[in-house]
Amino acid sequence: MPVRIALIGTGSVGKGVLEVLSRKNTGIILTGVADSRSGLMDPGGIPVSSLLDRKKKTGLCGERSISALKVVTEGEYDILVEASPTDAVTGEPATGYIRAALSRGSHVVTSNKGPVALHYRELSNLARENGVSFRFEATVAGAIPILHTLLDSLGGNEIHALYGVLNGTCNYILTRMAEEGLSYRQALDEARALGYAEADPTYDVKGIDAAVKLVILANTVWKKEITLDTIDITGIDLLTEEAIRLAEEQDATIRLIGEIVPAENLYRLSPRIIPKHHPLVVQGSLNAIIVRTDLAGDLIFAGKGAGSLETASAIIGDILSIRERYAGGN
Amino acid sequence: MQVSMKLEIRDSPGQLVTALMPISDMGGNIKTVIHEHDYASDLGSLSVEVVLEIPEERLDGLMQLFRERGITVIRFGEERMHYQQSVILIGHLVHTDLGDTVDQIDMTGYAEVTRMSLAMPAIDERSSAKFTIKALSREDMDKAIGILREVSRKKNILMIEPLEF
Repeated sequence: MPVRIALIGTGSVGKGVLEVLSRKNTGIILTGVADSRSGLMDPGGIPVSSLLDRKKKTGLCGERSISALKVVTEGEYDILVEASPTDAVTGEPATGYIRAALSRGSHVVTSNKGPVALHYRELSNLARENGVSFRFEATVAGAIPILHTLLDSLGGNEIHALYGVLNGTCNYILTRMAEEGLSYRQALDEARALGYAEADPTYDVKGIDAAVKLVILANTVWKKEITLDTIDITGIDLLTEEAIRLAEEQDATIRLIGEIVPAENLYRLSPRIIPKHHPLVVQGSLNAIIVRTDLAGDLIFAGKGAGSLETASAIIGDILSIRERYAGGN
Repeated sequence: MQVSMKLEIRDSPGQLVTALMPISDMGGNIKTVIHEHDYASDLGSLSVEVVLEIPEERLDGLMQLFRERGITVIRFGEERMHYQQSVILIGHLVHTDLGDTVDQIDMTGYAEVTRMSLAMPAIDERSSAKFTIKALSREDMDKAIGILREVSRKKNILMIEPLEF
């Protein structure tokens, strides 16, 4: 059964989604698309390959007269796919788009951390009132289906604790400092040159990005109502190469670890000394998560935490599971 | 208190039990027994390493019992602090009185810094140090780490703790 989507945002994540639609027969029809400067709507379906060409040539996905908000509020679609860049402080304009779509009775799938970290309760209530789904697998650990696993597959478990490497940029820098003896500055410059780090890496290296993911996990998996201020955050920007050498003396290394232990009210992100053979010590820009549960015991997940197709994988998974759940509906 | 001792026993059946019996007779709690078969010598004896917990005031009585039963204590060592953890500190460690930072732990009586490695790349640059801390119990270790966390905060030192779970 075909499902119609409107896509907001054609950056790395949005392009990944379009790439999948053009390559695979998913049964997903694109009926609306918008970037920050233009938009396009066609209830009959927008041909994806010509859209990708146009975006490449002109930098625009549609017409300047059609805004993202217009696509959200007037487009004909079943699911809004919100893939615009994260604003962790205001959550806008994404939150407004999501609110509008849910209020219209449309499902929402997002990769945008801002709205989920700041307004999860409100948005999930709004979805429930309108009888639709609000899913956000792509917001945490990219390709790793951690939210689906914790919320659905491990439904009968008490999740006692979660420990994770949740920022690929930081993990890349720490890996290179350990492997090649690079200084923090050298490793950061290398990460920038390879496109693993933004021109302004503050959001990653100071731990904000990973901490926002902890907020999302705490509020959705454990139904807490914490904010970024609740989390004890230490980034990696003050680490020295000597510190890594000192850890190596005891066959250990240093990794940026997020930690949630709800019973102890512990929400912390900090660089930690960790044995080299520990399952959370993954290489390069990978992410890894360990959850401690009462029935299933300890579970370990590792995989790509970012990337165009990897994040699209999480989004497409959300779309298809909504279609599955509401099969026979519109 | 926790002690470790090396006992010499005759290499014949039942001797290990004979050697360990005095420990339980004195109300001691055996933590581990390392049976060193390799040491079986021509003399027909072998040695056993035992780690045990026993109230300090009963230790003399235990030694007396060993003597009475013909068991030789080859080595005896007190392991007062057997919980060990390492932390790494980064900052202006020397200028913020490194001695005082160490003292804050040593003064507790239940934990102490037993080893320190210090790397100072250049004057004016931040240095990095690894502290190996020993403590009487897990709870004491947590308290000691808590103190160090507080000291680090005051002195603007970045403390990297081990991931323990």
